[in-house]
Amino acid sequence: MLIRRPPDIRSSEITAESVYRRRRAVLKALALSPLALAGCGRGAESQAGQAANAGAPLEVARRGAYVVGDPPTDYDAATHYNNYYEFGTAKDDPAKNSGRFRPQPWSVEIAGEAEVTGRFALEDLLRPHPLEERVYRMRCVEAWSMVIPWVGFPLGDLLKRFRPTSKAKYVAFTTVARPDEMPGLAYPVLDWPYREGLRIDEAMHPLTILTVGLFGRTLPNQNGAPLRLVVPWKYGFKGIKSIVRIAFTERQPVTAWNRAAPDEYGFYANVNPAVDHPRWSQATERRITGAGFGLFGNRIATLPFNGYAEQVASLYAGMDLRRYY
Amino acid sequence: MAWSKPPLFALCLLPLALLAWDATRGSLGPDPVAQLEHRSGDWALRLLLATLAVTPLRRLTGVAKLVRYRRMLGLFAFFYVCAHLAIYLLIDLGGYWTQLFDEIAKKPYITAGFAAWLLLIPLAATSTQRMMKRLGRRWQQLHRLVYAVPLLGVLHYAWMVKSGNVIAHRAPLYYGASFAALMLWRVPWARLRGGLRTLRAGTAAATRCPTPAARR
Ligand code: HEM
Repeated sequence: MLIRRPPDIRSSEITAESVYRRRRAVLKALALSPLALAGCGRGAESQAGQAANAGAPLEVARRGAYVVGDPPTDYDAATHYNNYYEFGTAKDDPAKNSGRFRPQPWSVEIAGEAEVTGRFALEDLLRPHPLEERVYRMRCVEAWSMVIPWVGFPLGDLLKRFRPTSKAKYVAFTTVARPDEMPGLAYPVLDWPYREGLRIDEAMHPLTILTVGLFGRTLPNQNGAPLRLVVPWKYGFKGIKSIVRIAFTERQPVTAWNRAAPDEYGFYANVNPAVDHPRWSQATERRITGAGFGLFGNRIATLPFNGYAEQVASLYAGMDLRRYY
Repeated sequence: MAWSKPPLFALCLLPLALLAWDATRGSLGPDPVAQLEHRSGDWALRLLLATLAVTPLRRLTGVAKLVRYRRMLGLFAFFYVCAHLAIYLLIDLGGYWTQLFDEIAKKPYITAGFAAWLLLIPLAATSTQRMMKRLGRRWQQLHRLVYAVPLLGVLHYAWMVKSGNVIAHRAPLYYGASFAALMLWRVPWARLRGGLRTLRAGTAAATRCPTPAARR
């Protein structure tokens, strides 16, 4: 498919030289980092994996606007303990099995109810957006949590450039599916490719971000390189990784976990201590800080909307959150 | 044979020692609490299955004295379940330990695990020679409960695995298959076959026999 340029950049988006230079550095970092070492043989796999894990440093234009007080999880834990079933279902599988994944070059298809659609190179998609660091809580539906400094920009800023029409009620996302690079795809654990979705007002909410990095460095493969979603008031599985398609839809899109087990994973998946998962309580969570930290005192109370109720509860005014879990 | 008990005792303690060693060195990975839960739970289940394997092994090898190890293995299984529960209550839930009751009531996998622990208590309490003598035949009947424990343990494990994860996470299946094999071995096949034969002979005889009415 033809790779298009995104819609014209408005004058308000024309950037100062210094900012521009910073962005060049960002793009260079993105291009250089994860697996520019493509083509390494099997023997070099673990090395390539390490190179990807290391992550190239990113230039961050803004910090400190969104920070939670809790201390961040350490880098090693955040990058070696997570779920990314395309690379295996154990928590350490993504870091172990993602060495062959190639997040460069990358393009994203924009489709559906918008004036501008087509396939766009990642660099062109990212160009107008200054990167900022946001330290968010990350609450997994499995009742563990982390605190992660993401590097990204508001999803809404990107979506607006494609001028969604009045029919665009939802946004659907799709993860790449490359069986050769993603060994987990061999198992029919989920109905691949992984899919997620948001209501358009959720997608446009300023807390919702697209991220290209964490801890000031580009995303390692196992964390969803080169582009992933972060919605801090929802369970972690909503944060779809390695996005290749974004579609504006009129109807609520199918999402992978909801399809696999509708009574366990809802479309909304807002963090809610009052609505239990059928097989475990959501009232509390185990905060993962990292190896070497104490064994005791890691359990904390889970907050409604993961602590972001003040900013997002109004999105769901009048909705029965037990029904729309 | 008596000499072999202390080494077996030490061997059974080894997993706990390694776990404690890893915990103090901070080498249990990013989620040490889950590691403690998983490793203690795994050893509880393995030791239960090992306990159930003693009798078949004794019959197969003809080494009757193997039965001496059965009690030690069973008690160690109980010990690991207790450690497992203590880890969950004191380390994982900590200040939120009352959540346990909620979990027992609401979560099938915790209900099964807790039921297994409850069943093990009377077995451990009556495991001494004295109790064995005192209870006599009733001791045997009581200790049949042991067969339910690994079954509940396997269910506990199978039910905690996340939906969709089942295919990729086969461990509960392997434990379940081992348990099934140990139980199938116990089915008195010969007696069943014998019973079937007499039953068949019985029905054959019945058809050959004239009905009471015809006889009259
Ligand atoms: C006394 C009540 C029990 C409680 C409260 C309990 C609790 C737990 C918890 C919280 C986990 C970890 C779940 C997770 O990470 O999602 C677990 C795992 C496990 N438990 Fe239990 N458990 C109990 C009894 C038992 C018993 C009796 C057995 C064995 C017969 C057992 C065997 C296991 C096994 C095999 C695992 C998983 C190990 C793995 O993932 O490698 N548990 N248990």
